[in-house]
Amino acid sequence: MSMIFDIIASAGLWAAVLRIATPLILGTLGALLCERAGVLNLGIEGIMTFGAMIGWLAVYNGADLWTGMFVAALAGAVFGLLHSLLTVTLGLSQHVSGLGVTLFASSFAYFTFRLAVPVAGTPPTVTPFQPIAIPGLSDIPFVGPAFFSQTAPTYVAILLAIVLSWVIFRTPLGLAIRMTGENPHAAEAQGVNPMVMRYGAVTAGSALMGMAGAFLTLSAFNSFFPTMVQGRGWICIALVVFATWKPARALLGAILFALFDAFQLRLQTMLGGAVPYQLFLMLPYVLSIVALAVMARRARVPQALMQPYRRGER
Amino acid sequence: MRFERREHRPLALVITAPLIAIGAALAISGLLIAIAGAPVLEAYWLILKGAYGSRLSATETLTRATPLMLTGLAAAVAFRARLWNIGAEGQLYVGAITVAAASSLLFGSLHAAIQIPLLLVLGATAGMVFLLVPLWLRLRFAVDEVVTTLLMNFIAVLLVSMLIDTVLKDPTAFGWPQSQAVTNEGTLPKLLSRSRLHAGLLIAIVLAFVVHFIQSRTIFGLQSRAAGLNPVAAGFAGVPLGRTLVIVAAISGGLAGLAGAIEVMGVKGYVTTDLSPGYGYSGIVIAMLANLHPLGVILASLFIATMFVGVDGMSRVLGVPSYIADVTVALSLLTMLVALFFTQYRIRR
Amino acid sequence: MTTPVLEISGVSKRFGALLANDGISLTLSRGEIIALLGENGAGKTTLMNILFGHYTPDSGTVMVDGKELPPGSPLAAIRAGVGMVHQHFSLAPNLTVLENVTTGTEPLWRLRAQRSKARIRLMEISRRFGLKVNPEARLGDLSVGEQQRVEILKALYNDARILVLDEPTAVLTQVESEQLFATLKEMAALGLSIIFISHKLDELMSAADRIIVLRGGRHVAERRPAETSKAELAELMVGRTVKRPVREPHTPGSVVLEANSVTVTTGGVDRLKSIDFSLHEGEVLGIIGVSGNGQSTLAGLLSGTVPISSGSLILYGHPVDSGFSVSDAVNAGIGRIPEDRNKEGVIGEMAIWENAILERLSSFSRRGLVDRRAGMALAVRIIEQFDVRGGTPGTRTRLLSGGNMQKLILGRNLVNRPRILLAAQPSRGLDEGAVAAVHERILEARRAGTAVLLISEDLDEVMALADRIQAIAGGRLSPPIPAEEADTRKIGLMMAGSWSGEAEHAV
Repeated sequence: MSMIFDIIASAGLWAAVLRIATPLILGTLGALLCERAGVLNLGIEGIMTFGAMIGWLAVYNGADLWTGMFVAALAGAVFGLLHSLLTVTLGLSQHVSGLGVTLFASSFAYFTFRLAVPVAGTPPTVTPFQPIAIPGLSDIPFVGPAFFSQTAPTYVAILLAIVLSWVIFRTPLGLAIRMTGENPHAAEAQGVNPMVMRYGAVTAGSALMGMAGAFLTLSAFNSFFPTMVQGRGWICIALVVFATWKPARALLGAILFALFDAFQLRLQTMLGGAVPYQLFLMLPYVLSIVALAVMARRARVPQALMQPYRRGER
Repeated sequence: MRFERREHRPLALVITAPLIAIGAALAISGLLIAIAGAPVLEAYWLILKGAYGSRLSATETLTRATPLMLTGLAAAVAFRARLWNIGAEGQLYVGAITVAAASSLLFGSLHAAIQIPLLLVLGATAGMVFLLVPLWLRLRFAVDEVVTTLLMNFIAVLLVSMLIDTVLKDPTAFGWPQSQAVTNEGTLPKLLSRSRLHAGLLIAIVLAFVVHFIQSRTIFGLQSRAAGLNPVAAGFAGVPLGRTLVIVAAISGGLAGLAGAIEVMGVKGYVTTDLSPGYGYSGIVIAMLANLHPLGVILASLFIATMFVGVDGMSRVLGVPSYIADVTVALSLLTMLVALFFTQYRIRR
Repeated sequence: MTTPVLEISGVSKRFGALLANDGISLTLSRGEIIALLGENGAGKTTLMNILFGHYTPDSGTVMVDGKELPPGSPLAAIRAGVGMVHQHFSLAPNLTVLENVTTGTEPLWRLRAQRSKARIRLMEISRRFGLKVNPEARLGDLSVGEQQRVEILKALYNDARILVLDEPTAVLTQVESEQLFATLKEMAALGLSIIFISHKLDELMSAADRIIVLRGGRHVAERRPAETSKAELAELMVGRTVKRPVREPHTPGSVVLEANSVTVTTGGVDRLKSIDFSLHEGEVLGIIGVSGNGQSTLAGLLSGTVPISSGSLILYGHPVDSGFSVSDAVNAGIGRIPEDRNKEGVIGEMAIWENAILERLSSFSRRGLVDRRAGMALAVRIIEQFDVRGGTPGTRTRLLSGGNMQKLILGRNLVNRPRILLAAQPSRGLDEGAVAAVHERILEARRAGTAVLLISEDLDEVMALADRIQAIAGGRLSPPIPAEEADTRKIGLMMAGSWSGEAEHAV
């Protein structure tokens, strides 16, 4: 028991929580925005991979870190446009085209990476984002090092959750997006173009996914290697359900999830080899499945999720 | 410009759709090859040569196509009944590790005539069981199986990793994490000497025909198609939806588990965590390229195998990253979706 | 003469082979109520969708206040003051009333929605027109009548001066319908112009200033209620005199199906509350009611898709157990016509022969294999006997028209002479000719001794076919009355839930 307490009471754990949570926050917000407009975006895993690669590559080639983030967002947006073209314009199965986007984006990322960076013994690195101590707040004992000594993208991610929450629930645009996800025919009848809403939401959401990937290579780590996203995209999709499609709860869910992850990492080192480390690594996936099962029946799913909208067809 | 639903799907278009899709995917990949600074036509020629240029390479392509046929069938069977089993990759791994465990720890000394069928059944069963969790979650809590089966893939690989690190670890492998091997009696017979081609290919082809027969001729086939096309009407007509879905899942998971079993029993002998270079995910592409038709799966898996086997030689000669094969395969899924769309709709003005 | 508020001239629209609108013109003045009358497929809904910018016409123009509307733009239509109340409401159940009403009414890029201002404005409109709602209520929690109010408010909130209502009373009770028309008349008095689509002759005659009849995509006649009769309108609408078959007197046989205090609860809600009925051989028992009052559950109960919660259901003298399944129902000789052809009745992407055998696959199974030849033979028989046009056994069922699809469903159920026929909304959405064919088949089955349970929301249909009538309201069933004692007023009251002795339970 005291061991568990020691872990929870360490500021290092909490600092790690926000670091682990950041890509999940960004990815979940992105997926959430798409789904609010009625589009399931299973391209997320591949888009995160591509964002991780291209953001890193930009910085490796001399761009500054924020330019790297921007390039990743831009690339994400382009894949978002591709997914929109398939699911919104053509109305194809959102499941299959999302998987197609994931397969394409990730293999294209590996291809580009290999083309740009020759094979080497140790993967080349860049200088990642450095923690920014927020003046005043970071000096508070425990709380300071735990919450106010993060890298800049983490603060941005948290800010984005608040902004997105405002946009979705407080602005006319957010209402139009929600209406599109609930009943595109009704949106159209009120003069809102559901096609435009879906394109916009999927493109913007995918840009966030690209940023989520870039955080991995530009802040959490400093290099790119294949399979580094490790299913984080799928976990984000589960977190959207867990968050019942609300950005504030997505923030909370991602942090809760990261807490488990950081906790198991520390527990793992403390227990040494007594328990196979793979069991700990499984936890995030098991947790996601459990979260899905618990929330599946309770949540109010956007009614038009996964339903293609074709004008004049009911 | 708008799309108008066609009353009849032109048969010629339905049949040529995969060819058009593959052509388009190759064209786009060609652009990337050109960007990589290599001559496009020569690159494709080298891929073909790498896949079929010699006896060895041709058998290697067929060997590679074997597990792909099975994962392709697994996806095709499930998708046709609208069961989105994206977990073939994980089911393949549990099928593989089950076979390795069963042969090395339990039945290794049994005669081949008994052991091989036993192992095949065990591998398939393991795949089925692994799909049960997502299926149960869907039936009980209405949880989308796409996400759960995807997540289960990661769990499967970690499970395998854990087992080959501990109880199933091969003590003679110089510390490498790899499982103990299937015994000689549990190994599938070779089809050709001096090659890796094994009896698994025949099993896969026969199963494609069996699945085709089940789908087109049996009551169960009709029911599963009905359940996939319109579950409400099928339920109203008395099709037992839950039972149908369970059987479909069993077939789908079983085929994926079998893919892993056969790969271990025919090619690798033991299990590592890089046993499958994404066979499960390629199965999805194969199923779509085949337009979910079991016999089409045979041809589609040959295309994918050709790309993957042929690309290595091309990559060595021209310096184009071998990931170009994955890119082409992924693109062919996307172009196939578009091609299928145009078999159902036409552009009006 | 002042310029008309709305002027539609020469509008044509083609869908594939179908000419849905063929040079239709009409005008609407300020404060006028006009009714569009026509059968399904006459082009009413297409015309209204063109007016509202959902469809782009192939030719013709729409002018509002003398200015031409750009085609294919709902936004332009809304700005010009056209408001549409769809038959299938364009609402989002998960959003609040206020959210439903205000979507798209503010510039999208505003940083903050002006919610309180919007609420005040909505309340003001709601007061002025007597349409009471709670702006913060979740729309899905409202009754159908209230939802329609929201739909109308939505149009008024957008400053609609022309209000279009597509079959507004299809989902309303008699009382709610009367209220609606009273409100519409008040609105017209306040200067609004109204077009409503209907095929209920009674309400056209009483509510409209002018009636425009469409047939086969054409404007065929225009009448004022004072100058015409229901009979004339009916003939104009159909274009010929179609005679619906008449029920001849017939003595019913013994009881085949009996429900005693049957209650069905699904998802924690009582869908059927202690209902009683008995069904005899060779009779038609009509269950009348506005849809959404438990009909689907009642149909599901007898189809074997919904389990009974309490009470007893006695089939041929034996109580039915709780595991009563679809195959039990089929094997017990219950023929079932579902209320939604496309969703429940047939699988559109499958062949006609496959749909023909889907309900009794065990009879078409040879060692687990499909007996294709026997299935084809059955399909041929159904096509011939039941006059299914537009396909061979191998045709995909989706390509059949609604009427022919219904004949296929009737055929697959009647071809084996069922002892009980459950017909749920059998003529919904069919044109007059197909309705007559369906009615003829039902009466034919009755003559042959089949016990028919007819669930319908169409008063004329029930009065024409049923020997006895029970009303369904709020999950309760009224006691039966003989058809001879039924009249519109009495049944209207029953449908609203008030029947003698039970009145205190109603509402």
